[in-house]
Amino acid sequence: MRVVEPVVELARGLATTLRMIFGEKPVTVQYPEEKRPVRPRFRGRHVLKRYDNGLEKCIGCALCAAACPADAIFVEASENTDEARYSPGDRYASTYEINMLRCIFCGFCEDACPTEAIVLGDNYELSFTSRREAIYPKEMLIEPVPPGGQPTPQKTPPGVFTRSVPEMKDSQD
Amino acid sequence: MTELVTLSIDGKQVTVPKGTLVVDAAKQAGIDIPVFCYHPKMEPAGMCRMCLVELGRPMIDRATGQPVLENGQPKIQWAPKLETACTNVVSDGMVVLTRSEKARAGQQEILEFLLTSHPLDCPVCDKGGECPLQNLTLDYGPGKSRFLYNEKHHAEKHVPLGELIWLDRERCIQCGRCVRFQRLVAGEPVLAFDERGRDTEIITNSEPAFDSIFSGNTTDICPVGALTTADFRFGARPWELKSAASLCAQCPVGCNITFNTRREAKSGGRVVIKRVMPRQNEEVNEIWICDKGRFAYHFTESEARLRQPLIRRNGQLQPASWEEALDLAAAKLKAAGKDALILAGGRLSNEDLFNLKKLADGLGAQSVLYTHVGGGDLVTQIGLASGTNLADLGKGDTILVAACDLYEEAPIWWLRVKQAADRGATLIVVNARATRLDKHAGYVVRYAPGDETVTLQGLLKQDKIGAAIREAGNLLVFYAADGLDLNGSTSVAAACANLLIETGHFGRPNNGLIGVWPHANDQGAWEIGFRPEADLAAALKGKTVYIAAADPAGDDPRLAKALQDAGTVIVQELFQTATASLAEVVLPAAAYTEREGTFTSGERRVQRYYPAVPRWAETKADYVITAEIGQRLGLDLEAGAPALVFNRLTAEITAFAGLSYRKLAEVRPQWPIVGRADLYYGGTTYENKQGLGVHLAAAASAGESPHLPEVRKGSGPRPQEDALLAVPVTKLYDLGVTVRSSVLLEARIGLPAITIHPLTAEKMGLKAGEKAMIGLGGHENEVLVKLDETIPAGVALVPRSMGLPVSAPAPLSVGKAK
Repeated sequence: MRVVEPVVELARGLATTLRMIFGEKPVTVQYPEEKRPVRPRFRGRHVLKRYDNGLEKCIGCALCAAACPADAIFVEASENTDEARYSPGDRYASTYEINMLRCIFCGFCEDACPTEAIVLGDNYELSFTSRREAIYPKEMLIEPVPPGGQPTPQKTPPGVFTRSVPEMKDSQD
Repeated sequence: MTELVTLSIDGKQVTVPKGTLVVDAAKQAGIDIPVFCYHPKMEPAGMCRMCLVELGRPMIDRATGQPVLENGQPKIQWAPKLETACTNVVSDGMVVLTRSEKARAGQQEILEFLLTSHPLDCPVCDKGGECPLQNLTLDYGPGKSRFLYNEKHHAEKHVPLGELIWLDRERCIQCGRCVRFQRLVAGEPVLAFDERGRDTEIITNSEPAFDSIFSGNTTDICPVGALTTADFRFGARPWELKSAASLCAQCPVGCNITFNTRREAKSGGRVVIKRVMPRQNEEVNEIWICDKGRFAYHFTESEARLRQPLIRRNGQLQPASWEEALDLAAAKLKAAGKDALILAGGRLSNEDLFNLKKLADGLGAQSVLYTHVGGGDLVTQIGLASGTNLADLGKGDTILVAACDLYEEAPIWWLRVKQAADRGATLIVVNARATRLDKHAGYVVRYAPGDETVTLQGLLKQDKIGAAIREAGNLLVFYAADGLDLNGSTSVAAACANLLIETGHFGRPNNGLIGVWPHANDQGAWEIGFRPEADLAAALKGKTVYIAAADPAGDDPRLAKALQDAGTVIVQELFQTATASLAEVVLPAAAYTEREGTFTSGERRVQRYYPAVPRWAETKADYVITAEIGQRLGLDLEAGAPALVFNRLTAEITAFAGLSYRKLAEVRPQWPIVGRADLYYGGTTYENKQGLGVHLAAAASAGESPHLPEVRKGSGPRPQEDALLAVPVTKLYDLGVTVRSSVLLEARIGLPAITIHPLTAEKMGLKAGEKAMIGLGGHENEVLVKLDETIPAGVALVPRSMGLPVSAPAPLSVGKAK
């Protein structure tokens, strides 16, 4: 009796091990060669969006900076003209910086944005080797010009892009 | 004693003087009634209807005239509809409900209605964050509108009202505060309503547009973002700004201001001043500032500022270390000893001037004030004393303004003198030409150029004017050097002082002499012992000259010549001025915005200013530079905190006795209440938490008889038959060292121009707007010609600090432009 019981237990344990080796598929993801898709509401690195025509959605209102609990965002605004237009309306962000060391990815900036210009994207691969590199300027944050759009600044006809804040629909995921 | 009235507001018993408006009574009791169009500095208009409240008064029995009682309490007769709290005056037993259901509903509906035509572009609006409409919508708004969004009223969004102010017609709620400010307070009715109903809009009816020097104040009192300044356009959001209490250094009024600063990428990561806002001081500037004070602050951040000390080597000014520069300056001054001369400008603080004076005394050198207005020694004797407030002057009081264009020289004094005249004070304007003050004056006295002193001496002999001066309850005399030089204004000062002394109007509050100096702290320089030099060019000859905050070479080619002939020139400046270019040693000074200090205003009020931005490059504060030179000469000068210099100053100079930095920082409650959470009430003026300042002690009190100053005999220079007489006048916007860096003001500064009488112009074949060559003091300059029929024939008004060599009345030749 004293001899049989441990053997049975050993066999049972080994059976589990063998079942795992040959029966189950492994869950390990071969990062970075292989990447897992993120969830719809994942909050990764920020992206500054553009309209289809290439104009920037950001109007430099700095409400994201005001909402930021970590004081990670710095915005400076300047004035658009029809000769050199960055965004619809009068105002655009001439400086837009996010300090990724400070950011806590809470997404308050998204909530505060009146034009849905800033969105927490899917990118979670943030690495830097100095504090200065951790500050992402506008050039790094803004998304590429969509096909068919023009890069900013654009020369636009007068009287067309007069409104900064577009008519908004209720937000959807 | 004013009669008091007791009423009940939201169940709180409030006692206020009779005639108080319900809205003010509530504010005094700490109860907020929301307003848009009402402003405590202006008469009520009742236009916005935001202040609707339930109002009841005790019912009176018509037969007996007694209140009707109900259960032993007076029965209240409620008004059938909601009433506006801003137009109703309090009465005894009145009952006001500001938060009742009915009142709340009324306030909500008004806001809902106002928002039907408001664009709600708060994210891009410069007012967003300090906007009464935003705040009141949150506190009193309905939360949801029953009106359709796409039926919103659309209007022009970029209307430049002049080059300084932008109007957004969509945001305007037609409260009329700006229109009423320009008409009632500023007395320059250049804004008006146009059209009617839903098309009502604000327009400017002046040419050039919004031609007022107080225009910036409309942006402070605008309860929405309709009026914003071009200077601050998209500069920053209000909540991102830091504030530093300071003083305006553009004129001797000493307006209290707040610098709003921010670290900025555009400026290379430096902390820069983003805007100037008024800071309440009811005894100095109330809640207003002029446009020069608001927009001419850009000198601090100018790239042209001196960065490091310069020493002349092989004929060239080359960068040097502070040690080298200070050693050289000290060596030169030591070698000169009594033959040194210290020339200081009124831009310096009391501390700077005190150290300079001690240095001069240590060397046995002369200390000279660089100014064109004389008579400061008289102002130190019979200038204003504690308790003075221009707002107290009214019926029975007299204000005399002599040889001075207050509007151009000290706008806020102009505003307050005008308001005193509106309240019933007798205003006497004595000048050779018409000024903007004339239309508010009871008596206007004109004199031929040269007769200024004689005319002032003769004032008491004139029936009505003499009586107005003799019998005045309080008498204030402003004087400057309009059309005069230093000697002329010294003589005018003496004549004015005689008037005050003879009629016993000195040594008590609201009485005395005020010099309208060209700089912020000339009064302080006089008090500390600096005196101007009648013949500066001669005084400079062969001297080792230490010049601080003055540009004589830039102002007058004769002085430039004199400086070239002088021994060694040491210049302490912000910029590489014409004077600095002649120097052996150039010492870069920190701007007053970068350090602490005190100024003495023309009203003899000592006020503190605080550092707003970090020091530029390698600059040092003026008093530190002087102290470090002094220390090299073995003098005991304070180079530590300015408060320590001030302590030495108070110990040594009698007028300053008893003052301290702590005392200067004391505040008292002021009315109206501004700058707290309730931006809607008084506008975005800042509350004063950093000190109201203290008057210097009066040197001569009533009863003493100060020495009657001697008045110049004979007349000043007169126009000749064959040549025009150029007389110097002061322009508000000129090319002063601290003004010219403000690009926005370029149009207002304009080109150098002379103003002559149309008949004179006709004789010379000149037309308005033409260019002409003028010859003045051996120099030729191209100028614009302006015509004005109110100036005397044979005289040409030549502005100071516009690059024209005019320091004294002098013959002028005019020829066609090449």
